[in-house]
Amino acid sequence: METIISIKPLLAVLVSLLVIPALISSSDKPNVRESWIFVAGAITLLLILSMLPAVLAGKQIALTLFEFAPGAGIAFRVDGLGMLFAIVAASLYIVTSIYSIGYMRGLNEHGQTRFVSFFALAISATIGAAFSANLLTLYLFYEILSLATYPLVTHHQDETSRIAGRRYLTFILGTSIALVLPAMIYCYHVTGTLEFSTTGIFTGQLSKPAATVLLLMFVFGFAKAGIMPFHSWLPAAMVAPTPVSALLHAVAVVKVGVFSIVRVMTGIFGIDLLSHFNLGVVVMGIASVTILVASCIALSQDELKRRLAYSTISQLSYIVFGVALLSPQGQLGGVIHIAMHAFGKITLFFCAGAIYVATGKKYISQMSGLGKKMPFTFAALFIGALGVIGLPPTGGFYSKWNLILGTLEAQQTIFMIVLLVSSFLNAFYFLPIVYKGFFGKSEEEDDNIPVKIQEANLCLVIPLMITAGISIVLFFYPTVFVNLVKVGLGI
Amino acid sequence: MDNYPVLIVVAPLLAALFAGLAVWIEERLSYPIALTGLAISVFSAFNVLMQVITSGPIQYRMAGWAPPMGIEYRIDLLNAMVLLMVSGIGLLNLVASYKSVKQETYDRAPSFYIVYLLFMTGLLGVTATGDLFNLYVLIEITSLTSYAMVAMGDRDRGPLASLNYVFIGVIGASFYLLGVGYLYMQTGSLNMADVAIILQSHQGSSIVLTAFILCIIGLWIKMAFFPMHVWLPNAYSYSPIAFARVVAPLMTKVMVYVMIRLMITVFGLDYIFKSPFFADAVVWLASVAIIFGAVMALAQKNLKKMLTYIIVCEIGYMVGGAWMGNQLGMTGAILHILNDALMTFAMFLAVGNIVYKLKDVELSNLTGLFGKMPWTMAGFVLAAFSIIGVPPTCGFFSKWYLILGAFEKGAYHFAAALVISSLICAVLFFRVFEICFFSPPSENSGHKESHSHVAMAEAPISMLIVSGFVSLSLIVVGLYSGTIVNTIIIPFLK
Repeated sequence: METIISIKPLLAVLVSLLVIPALISSSDKPNVRESWIFVAGAITLLLILSMLPAVLAGKQIALTLFEFAPGAGIAFRVDGLGMLFAIVAASLYIVTSIYSIGYMRGLNEHGQTRFVSFFALAISATIGAAFSANLLTLYLFYEILSLATYPLVTHHQDETSRIAGRRYLTFILGTSIALVLPAMIYCYHVTGTLEFSTTGIFTGQLSKPAATVLLLMFVFGFAKAGIMPFHSWLPAAMVAPTPVSALLHAVAVVKVGVFSIVRVMTGIFGIDLLSHFNLGVVVMGIASVTILVASCIALSQDELKRRLAYSTISQLSYIVFGVALLSPQGQLGGVIHIAMHAFGKITLFFCAGAIYVATGKKYISQMSGLGKKMPFTFAALFIGALGVIGLPPTGGFYSKWNLILGTLEAQQTIFMIVLLVSSFLNAFYFLPIVYKGFFGKSEEEDDNIPVKIQEANLCLVIPLMITAGISIVLFFYPTVFVNLVKVGLGI
Repeated sequence: MDNYPVLIVVAPLLAALFAGLAVWIEERLSYPIALTGLAISVFSAFNVLMQVITSGPIQYRMAGWAPPMGIEYRIDLLNAMVLLMVSGIGLLNLVASYKSVKQETYDRAPSFYIVYLLFMTGLLGVTATGDLFNLYVLIEITSLTSYAMVAMGDRDRGPLASLNYVFIGVIGASFYLLGVGYLYMQTGSLNMADVAIILQSHQGSSIVLTAFILCIIGLWIKMAFFPMHVWLPNAYSYSPIAFARVVAPLMTKVMVYVMIRLMITVFGLDYIFKSPFFADAVVWLASVAIIFGAVMALAQKNLKKMLTYIIVCEIGYMVGGAWMGNQLGMTGAILHILNDALMTFAMFLAVGNIVYKLKDVELSNLTGLFGKMPWTMAGFVLAAFSIIGVPPTCGFFSKWYLILGAFEKGAYHFAAALVISSLICAVLFFRVFEICFFSPPSENSGHKESHSHVAMAEAPISMLIVSGFVSLSLIVVGLYSGTIVNTIIIPFLK
């Protein structure tokens, strides 16, 4: 495989980092500050896209910064998977920044400069995780992301966010130090390298029990993926302002968790080793439990953002599930769900935030009849829901289709039933919201007076229309993402 | 220049004399003299390090007397690194101390600087010397000056803490001296290299074993290795902050250096690890020390006290790594001498800034500090991350080697202790962050309007610059730890 040495991956990571001083220095001029964000976001996205043709052509773009021991250092390597994830994160960052302006100013939030600065840091870390060449670099960015998002989760600085922040860190930082760190060092101790490789780094040093323990340490240790029982930080993190929930807790943070698990399974263990020890089924079992239990809990949540959070927990496990199928079709379905779910779920969060800003309503039971007032928002909500359930005409259909094919390919019929039941549950907890929104009656509604349209401000509505639109576009043109996954996994 | 090795030690000593004399003419002269003395020391140390890296160890004979009769300074990669670290931290702290010494020691600023210089002389001498008895003398110089410094601190509790420190310090020094006595009895020499050669033919001697145990216990007392740590928390937290900032990162680390020096250069690793039982016991004790220090830190309500227990915990890291009996563990221990000195220094600099503004660092007093002192807190956060072991700060990389070493030896309890202490440190520091970040519950009515803008009240710029510089260096040193290991530590161990 051809490798190009280039500084571009580093630049893509640094842009958002270097813009932070500019953000801080223009803290009393909000418009200037926000323009800096767009400039940085655009440069980041362009840098990433400029590497796309080479990656699609099967090349890899690499850069080693610091080699502190052989096979372990700070190094970047852009492959199909990383590219897919980076494109999703960077493009949604720009959309979220528009949304963020509308949301934060609409609610007159305090500490906006702090907010945008840590947001930029979080994006920088996300791109870094996407482009990591080895487990050590991945771990580094994983930790930076945990710490950078803490002030965002606790943005309101009140008692509720203090408690939520505590839970957030306990789960995320606690598991990464207690499980991932020793597991990572053990891998290095055994093999002398942490470099991701398509064949895995182990060459017969591991016995089956050791491999099982190590794999479980990684799967649970990357708690950002929300695998039960280490999931409860995610609903707690919903106290954060909605842009954070939308980008970080539906896309960036949680998917860094999933991405890390995918990397470890494909790049550290290797598919061959996993199928040799038959470990895929173990991970699939764990993921299935999370998929079903989280969906059931989502049914019972009345607060919209919490319902979305539980839905995210269940959807994240789809990705892990898909890769654990160890069959090409299953892996494709799983990994591409990183993108498909991102666009669907961010739309849903955007809608939740828009409803909150426009009406102050957080609970689903208050939202009857709201669709007439906010038709655009509820239309987007519908599309987002279709995407997450996995129905046409949205991109989510594509990933679910492949996942189901993957279960057949791997001859795991029981697990196919898990997917079908879960889809059914998804429909059950999303569609009533849309239905009641359009056809239900609110308490204050009067049949004689026609309902006036009262949408949230444009900064909120446009982003959600964009992401809903992309969800549909991805149904018709998933090619780029599909090719990236195929290149990345070598299938 | 050939005299760089001795200049490192003599420059602060002469500066102390001149500063003392200058007080008769003009009190304010003592500060610039001290600054110059330490700057020369740093410059010489830097040159020595470069020289050692390019052309191997340097032997310097005091006044031309040949060893083993004369005193010899022997500088190899290990102590060249430690010398630069000690003199650098001494100088940077002096820069940051100008304002806080004025504030804390009232009219005694010149005496502070003089004692400070003597303390630095002692530390640098301990690091540079190749003579066992000279080492004892210099350890006593550092100790005596620290007793004085501690007594200059907190008016009520300083003297008592100092007295306690004196008693235990003297016991530690006596153990060491006794050990050296036994060694002299067996070998008739005090020069480290000479003793090492003679010891080759006395491997089974019980006198040597006694000497070894006495020396090591003496040093453990001096470095506050659990359970010989009781003097440290009070002594360090009641001393003037300008002194705490330098004694906390340096004193214990230099003692760890001395321990490693005795292990490698004088007694030899083969001798020490001949019977695995003793080494295993020490690693177990180190694991206990780590957990004990971390848990005790968790129980503290005062920021300074909390940090002093973290030092006790970190000593466990280094002792455990050194006694691991493999190259990875020793690499981790040596790297951690540097890293821990830097991060403790960064931490105490930030605390110094807070003390300058708030006087009192009870945890409950720290509310709203992120708003009041954002730059100081940024430094504090970086130092905390390094202590927790978040990459790419340097604390992560030494932990990496220590855990690798533990895996290689199969000392899983030590690896577990390191991981648990990282977790406890995370809890510790995020508890502080919480207090500094969230508004106090009494004022918090649940409304966003309660976030009134807190006015900034930062420490003086001289203190901020030093604290910012050292905190950033944690990342730089972390990123270049590969270089440090490959050019200094591994060549030294080979």
